[in-house]
Amino acid sequence: MEKLIYLDNAATTKTALEVVEAMLPFFTENYGNPSSVYGFAAANKEVITRQREIIAGALGAKANEIYFTAGGTESDNWALTAAAEAYADKGKHIITSKIEHHAVLHTCQYLEKRGYEVTYLDVDENGLVNPADVEAAIRPDTILVSIMFANNEIGTIEPVREIGEITKKKGVLFHTDAVQAFGQIPIQVDECGIDMLSASGHKLNGPKGIGFLYIRKGVKIRSFIHGGAQERKRRAGTENVPGIAGLGKAVERAVSTMDERAAKETELRDYLISRIESEIPYCRLNGDRKKRLPNNVNFSFQFIEGESLLIMLDMKGICASSGSACTSGSLDPSHVLLAIGLPHEIAHGSLRLTLGADTEKEDLDYVVDCLKEIVAQLRSMSPLYEDFMKKQKSGQ
Amino acid sequence: MYTEKVMDHFQHPRNVGEIENASGVGTVGNAKCGDIMRIYLDIDENQIIRDVKFKTFGCGAAVATSSMATELVKGKNIHEAMQVTNKAVMEALDGLPPVKVHCSLLAEEAIHAALWDYAEKNGIKIEGLTKPKSDIHEGEEEEDEEY
Ligand SMILES: Cc1ncc(COP(=O)(O)O)c(C=O)c1O
Repeated sequence: MEKLIYLDNAATTKTALEVVEAMLPFFTENYGNPSSVYGFAAANKEVITRQREIIAGALGAKANEIYFTAGGTESDNWALTAAAEAYADKGKHIITSKIEHHAVLHTCQYLEKRGYEVTYLDVDENGLVNPADVEAAIRPDTILVSIMFANNEIGTIEPVREIGEITKKKGVLFHTDAVQAFGQIPIQVDECGIDMLSASGHKLNGPKGIGFLYIRKGVKIRSFIHGGAQERKRRAGTENVPGIAGLGKAVERAVSTMDERAAKETELRDYLISRIESEIPYCRLNGDRKKRLPNNVNFSFQFIEGESLLIMLDMKGICASSGSACTSGSLDPSHVLLAIGLPHEIAHGSLRLTLGADTEKEDLDYVVDCLKEIVAQLRSMSPLYEDFMKKQKSGQ
Repeated sequence: MYTEKVMDHFQHPRNVGEIENASGVGTVGNAKCGDIMRIYLDIDENQIIRDVKFKTFGCGAAVATSSMATELVKGKNIHEAMQVTNKAVMEALDGLPPVKVHCSLLAEEAIHAALWDYAEKNGIKIEGLTKPKSDIHEGEEEEDEEY
């Protein structure tokens, strides 16, 4: 295989060299436990404090509102279950959307089995939640609204600010899963009325297995992991010091390069979209054209199935992902694609390409050339395409 | 996740295409679940499968099992073709991941559906052949409950 073209940056990203360098001293040199009293461990405590400040700065938050976790999934689980428990006196109703990540949806299902009621809001054909629907769904017993900042499959950026205004007005907590958005687009928690926010290191060239939950001061949510006094007793356990050092560095990098990176990626993204749309027939762009993450491209190709497409791309050295059932390990295609109204057979033929900071135009040209060939080849052996062409012919 | 044989049949599928005025055609599966197979049979007067072609919409395993099934029935008589079970297809491919076993069932069904069509057209009965199911996933177990 020649060059590897990695277009699955929504799944995970390459850890930046600078990030690795920032982590290394905390394995073999400064390996002390940050909770220890002696001077040897002081550097470890200090690095945690510093990274907390960097992250808080990126969000317009205060350092003591940032809690380190083992990643996006843990942050989502914590935010939802702890808020549900803490506010159960007020009520047991939660509002979310049909296109959330499983970290949110499966936690909601867990809560439903324990007596909570969850409203799953519909989205429009581009994957947008309507803020008016959020407002209409809020009841006196509603305690939490959880709507993602941007969707991981189709890249749609949700109207978070409008939703935050509503939750603030109604006195309901607002959590947002910003795992895909943080580090890609600007986020200010106060401007958006966000009470809790989940993020993850490995989506922004940071390490895997580290993330954080922002919890606004005054939100009375309790500890999730019980034990020592780490993270203000709310998330016990000896800190993942190298991970935290890496996360802070990754956030610093992401914030300082954001504008430039977003401009470059948006241009490349739109180039890729326009080439695919003009050169491959019977395809559909999934997600909003404008309110879209700078690095996300998601298409459905009619008459073909996603897994075959991925294997063929892989043979050409291209890494991508799909919302087809075969890649999710179930019989149903992606819940996100079904929620935007795609019929099953079209959802099965979806392809997600997510760009990274080092994606070049030539890479995309190569991808489109391969894609054209592969789609044509798969269609030539598709009974659905055969039927469609026969119908076209007899119709004329 | 796939064996070399599966990858070979996926990359170089044997017998892709259509047969005009085929002796029997069978289509099974459904687009909702993400796989459809269509088999065309050309059967001579001695009930030997002279030629066979397929078209498949589906994952890598669906393409590979269709391709292997066509290889296994080609040149056989219709009774021998009935012996080409999903197990035989899987074995010939050196196995499939557990979540893909249904693809081999689909391949067996597709052959049976094409043979059924042939039998209907010619007013004959083939021992052991029953009317094809319209949905391959009928009666399949639901996933285990979590939590
Ligand atoms: C929107 C969203 N939420 C949550 C997660 C889970 O994050 P992590 O892999 O850090 O647990 C992901 C990543 O897959 C995601 O895209």
